[in-house]
Amino acid sequence: MLNEELKNKITGLLPTATFEEGGEWLNVIVEPKDWLPFARQLRNDSSLFFDYLFCLTCADWKTHLTMVYHLSSTTHRHNIVIKAKLDRNKPEIETVSHIWRTAEFHEREVYEMFGVHFLNHPDLRLLILPDGWEGKNPLRKDFEDPVNMIKL
Amino acid sequence: MYRETSILNDSSPVSPAGDDGAGNITINVGPQHPATHGVLHLVITLNGETIKKVEPHLGYIHRSIEKMCESLTYRQFIYVTSRMDYLSSHINNHACALCVEKGLQVEVPPRAQVIRVLMDELTRIASHELWWGAMAMDLGAFTPFFHAFRERESINDIMEETCGARLTMNYMVPGGVMQDLHPDFQKRVKEFLHLYKRKIHEYDELITGNIIFQNRMKGIGYLSPEDAISYGCSGPVARGSGVSSDIRKIYPYEIYNKLEFDEVLETAGDSFARYMIRLREMQQSIRIIEQLIDNIPDGDFQAKTKAVLKLPKGEFYQRVETARGELGVYIVSEGGTTPYRIKFRSPGFSNLSVLDHIARGSKLGDLVAMMGTLDLVIPDIDR
Repeated sequence: MLNEELKNKITGLLPTATFEEGGEWLNVIVEPKDWLPFARQLRNDSSLFFDYLFCLTCADWKTHLTMVYHLSSTTHRHNIVIKAKLDRNKPEIETVSHIWRTAEFHEREVYEMFGVHFLNHPDLRLLILPDGWEGKNPLRKDFEDPVNMIKL
Repeated sequence: MYRETSILNDSSPVSPAGDDGAGNITINVGPQHPATHGVLHLVITLNGETIKKVEPHLGYIHRSIEKMCESLTYRQFIYVTSRMDYLSSHINNHACALCVEKGLQVEVPPRAQVIRVLMDELTRIASHELWWGAMAMDLGAFTPFFHAFRERESINDIMEETCGARLTMNYMVPGGVMQDLHPDFQKRVKEFLHLYKRKIHEYDELITGNIIFQNRMKGIGYLSPEDAISYGCSGPVARGSGVSSDIRKIYPYEIYNKLEFDEVLETAGDSFARYMIRLREMQQSIRIIEQLIDNIPDGDFQAKTKAVLKLPKGEFYQRVETARGELGVYIVSEGGTTPYRIKFRSPGFSNLSVLDHIARGSKLGDLVAMMGTLDLVIPDIDR
C-alpha cells in the first residue's frame, strides 16, 4: 500500500492517530494507551500485515521520550513508523514482545538505556549494562558519568 | 615456595548452587570461550544433556557507539562504525554514507557507485570465508580454517592496497569513496577470482560432503519462517528458513537493481540450510564482481560536498544487506552538524535473540553447531 492509502486505512482504524509529514515512510503518532490494541491490528489485519518489526528504539527530547517502532510487511512490502510520546519522569508503555518476539531484546535495551518501563514484559532486566546500573540511563541527554565518559 | 591450590582436593560439590532440585543445572559458557567469536557469555540451563534455556549476557565489548556518535560530525561518525561489525566494515560505512547522502540529497558519481558495490561484495566473500573457517573449527575441523584464510588474505591484500587498511577500512565517505582505486586493483581482483574458482571445490570436498559434518548439521536448530520473521531475523538466517529478505533485491540501493544475481533461498530451516546459503552466496558475489570488474566507469570517485555537512531537520533511515543481514541506520537530525540521535539496527542483535528459541530441547553438543550458523559478531551486537 502507498503512504496515502495507509493513512486512510489507519485513520479508519484509530481516529485519534495523528500523522507527521515529510519522511520517507508514513509516521503515525499514537497515544501510549492505544498502542497495544493498535499494534495487534497492524499485525493481524490482512491488508496491513506488518509482521516484521525491524527497528525499535527511543529518543530523548528533554521534555519527553519518544518510542519509535519501524514496521515492515514481508508480504505487501510496505513500511510504517509508529511513534508514541512518553512522560519523561514516568515513562511507561505496554510491551509488544508477544506480538513481535524480537521486541523482547530491543525493549530490554531501551529499558536500560532510556529507563522506559515496558508493562507486562516477560523478562525486563538489564541486557547490556552490568549490574548496579539500574536507574542511570546512559542514552538520556542529561546522563553524566565523570569516570567512564570522555567528552568529545 | 610453590603451594598447590586446594581446588583439586576439595571434597565439596563443584557448584552447590547449580542444581535446583529438579535436576536442572546452570552452566556458564564464556565470557571467553574460543567458540563464541567474541566476548559472549551464555548462561545455559541444562537437564542432563538437554538444553532448557539459553540466556545471552551481553555488554562485555559495549562501547556505546550510539552515544559517541551524538557528539561526532557526519564526516567523523563513519569511522566509529567500522568497529561495529568489523568483518563487514565496508558495508557499515556504506550504510552510514548512504543515510547521510539521503539527507543531503547528494548524487553519487557512477564510478563511486561501482567501486562501492565491488568493495561490498569482496567484503561479503571475506566475511563468509571467515565464518566458514571458524564454523568448521567449532565443529572440530581445523584444516578448513587455513583454506578459508588463504583466500581471505588475498582479499585483505586488495583492500590494503586501495584503502590502506585490512579490517577497518573507513573507505566510504558521504559523496563517494575516500580515494581512487589502486592502479593494480582490477588485475589483483581478477587474480583473486582465478584463484578462488580453482579452489572453491575444495570447500565442498573438505566439509560440505563430509558425512560426519552433515550428520551434525542436518535437522538441528530448526527455525520456522514465521518465527524467523517474528524474531526479526535477517540475512542468511532468515533465508535458510525460506524467508525472502535480501535488501539488495527488495529495497535496492546503489546499482543493485541493474545487476544480475539471485537471492539464495533454502527451505529446510536447519543449521545445514543456513550453512548452504552462505556458501552459495559467495558464488553470487563472485557473479556480481565479474559483471563489474571490467566495467568500472571513468569519472569522479567523489561528489563535491561541503566541508562541513549539515543535515536538514528530519529523520533518515537507510537499510543495507551486510554479510549477516539487515543493517539499519536511523539518524534523527535537528539541523546541526552532529546527529541528535542515531540508532544502528544491527543484524546480529536480532539473530542472537533467536538462539534460545532454536536451542531449547536440543543437546548441549549441538549448541555450537547452531550458534556457528547464526554467524554472530559480538561487537556488532554490543555496539
